[in-house]
Amino acid sequence: MINPPASFRWTRRIVLGALAVFALVPVLVMLSSSLKPLRDVQGPFRWIPSTVTLRPYLDIWRTVPLGRYLVNSLIVAGGATVCSVLVAILAAYAVSRYRFRGRRFFTVTVLSTQMFPGILFLLPLFLIFVNVGNATGVALYGSRGGLILTYLTFSLPFSIWMLVGYFDSIPRDLDEAALVDGCGPLQALVRIIVPAAVPGIVAVAVYAFMTAWGEVLFASVLTDDETRTLAVGLQGYATLNDVYWNQVMAASLVVSVPVVAGFLLLQRYLVAGLTAGAVK
Amino acid sequence: MIRTRLARLRPPRTALPYLLLLPALLLELAVHLLPMVVGAVMSLKRLTQFFIRDWSAAPWAGLANYRTAVDFHAPVGRALLHSFWVTCAFTVLAVGLSWLIGTAAAVLTQDSFRGRGLLRALFLLPYALPVYAAVITWSFMFQRDTGLINHVLHDQLHLVDDKPFWLIGDNSFTALVTVSVWRSWPFAFLTLTAGLQNIPRELYEAAALDGAGTWQQIRRITLPSLRPVNLVLVLVLFLWTFNDFNTPYVLFGRSAPEAADLVSVHIYQSSFVTWNFGAGSAMSVLLLLFLLLVTSGYLLLTSRRKDAA
Repeated sequence: MINPPASFRWTRRIVLGALAVFALVPVLVMLSSSLKPLRDVQGPFRWIPSTVTLRPYLDIWRTVPLGRYLVNSLIVAGGATVCSVLVAILAAYAVSRYRFRGRRFFTVTVLSTQMFPGILFLLPLFLIFVNVGNATGVALYGSRGGLILTYLTFSLPFSIWMLVGYFDSIPRDLDEAALVDGCGPLQALVRIIVPAAVPGIVAVAVYAFMTAWGEVLFASVLTDDETRTLAVGLQGYATLNDVYWNQVMAASLVVSVPVVAGFLLLQRYLVAGLTAGAVK
Repeated sequence: MIRTRLARLRPPRTALPYLLLLPALLLELAVHLLPMVVGAVMSLKRLTQFFIRDWSAAPWAGLANYRTAVDFHAPVGRALLHSFWVTCAFTVLAVGLSWLIGTAAAVLTQDSFRGRGLLRALFLLPYALPVYAAVITWSFMFQRDTGLINHVLHDQLHLVDDKPFWLIGDNSFTALVTVSVWRSWPFAFLTLTAGLQNIPRELYEAAALDGAGTWQQIRRITLPSLRPVNLVLVLVLFLWTFNDFNTPYVLFGRSAPEAADLVSVHIYQSSFVTWNFGAGSAMSVLLLLFLLLVTSGYLLLTSRRKDAA
């Protein structure tokens, strides 16, 4: 906009201010409540703690095995991210650089899996995992591997879609020159396309990690005591008699810090990836 | 030129694109399509907890599960229909509000001003936070006696006389919509911001020269050029919101209050809490058919409009 008038600037201040408050309030609640002793969070709400204590941050690790959940979540989300990015790069390269029979069918099929409600294939998947385990001895149900396998397909359609857009925006001359110089197609992919598409790939990785880190439904059905992730583990602070709200808030903050930090650091790439891929 | 080069690329390695797609295809088949087929078969079976070990041994039920699901005079069907309407109302409200807020935020942050970078980062917070951590915080805020919402409404602003319950009864719908909008508007904001970056600055300069004011520029240039982004965005928001399980599940637990009984939780409840897997599968299949119908209708309508334009 060129020289916006005062009415525009005031609207901007008011609307953006209100939205900032809306976005931020839960985080402030998390922070202030995580510093209160239990009796404070059991009474009427106060913005500022009357007593500030770090006890909740020490207790969270003992009330539930938070460390184990954290490790499980890291393994599962990290594994799903790495696999999903690799698989998506290969598929997006094929869709972006080759015209082949079934190309459209593939994109439509993969994209349409995005729209299936998770609840639709949760129970069948559970039963398939159990059956495969019984038949082959490969434990998928209750294992981190089973969850990684499941999660990597959740981010796959969107990742492929975004990467195709990103690869399309890389001039063909670049990889064609490599092919002329005697590179194989896979070498062209690794040496030319992947380095040129780093922002898109980072965006896809962030998306895949966040999808896996935040998933609740499948984590609650497909894991057991040993492989529980944070998504399910956080419910452990509610006992029959009491909810340790200060510990819930402390734990929420602790599990949020890694993803939020990563996301804010890499959001530039996410916007760039969206511009090139999803927005087209 | 590019065409002929491509033609040269293709012939010797026709198998390569398929090999590259194979991993993605196999994974999608194994985790999405195969379970869906199994689910469709299960919906035709009389499947109770006794057959979990070997579900293929369960007796065939024909269409009995479907008849139960759509018999709107009986309790099961009536509850399903109710939860379907709740989900529709919830989706329309949550998507509409998220889209509206996302648009406002994207348009108002289009130009640079002091603090824009910080604001953007703040706006993305709800999207970045893991859903369970964020929603659990909202459920704390909605607690009747110890929560922030009632503290502000009752103690600070004196808007209500009696502290209302938010997580049970009719208010639970409001609570659910609020949390859902809070979680999904940043995605709309992010997508629309990306879309706005494609508008050439000269358009605004030309309009300003022609005497168009800021608000007119927004109405005539900014909003129309967002249309292609909006076509995708609204569909994605619709599917995510309609299928959302995480938000109600973390906010209310295994069984949601009647006023906020979304279809996903309803089906989960019918399958895993009352152990009626056959009926749960039938409901899932019906849900998928509905989503297919809406999505293909939407795509047909929007692609036709694009051709006409």
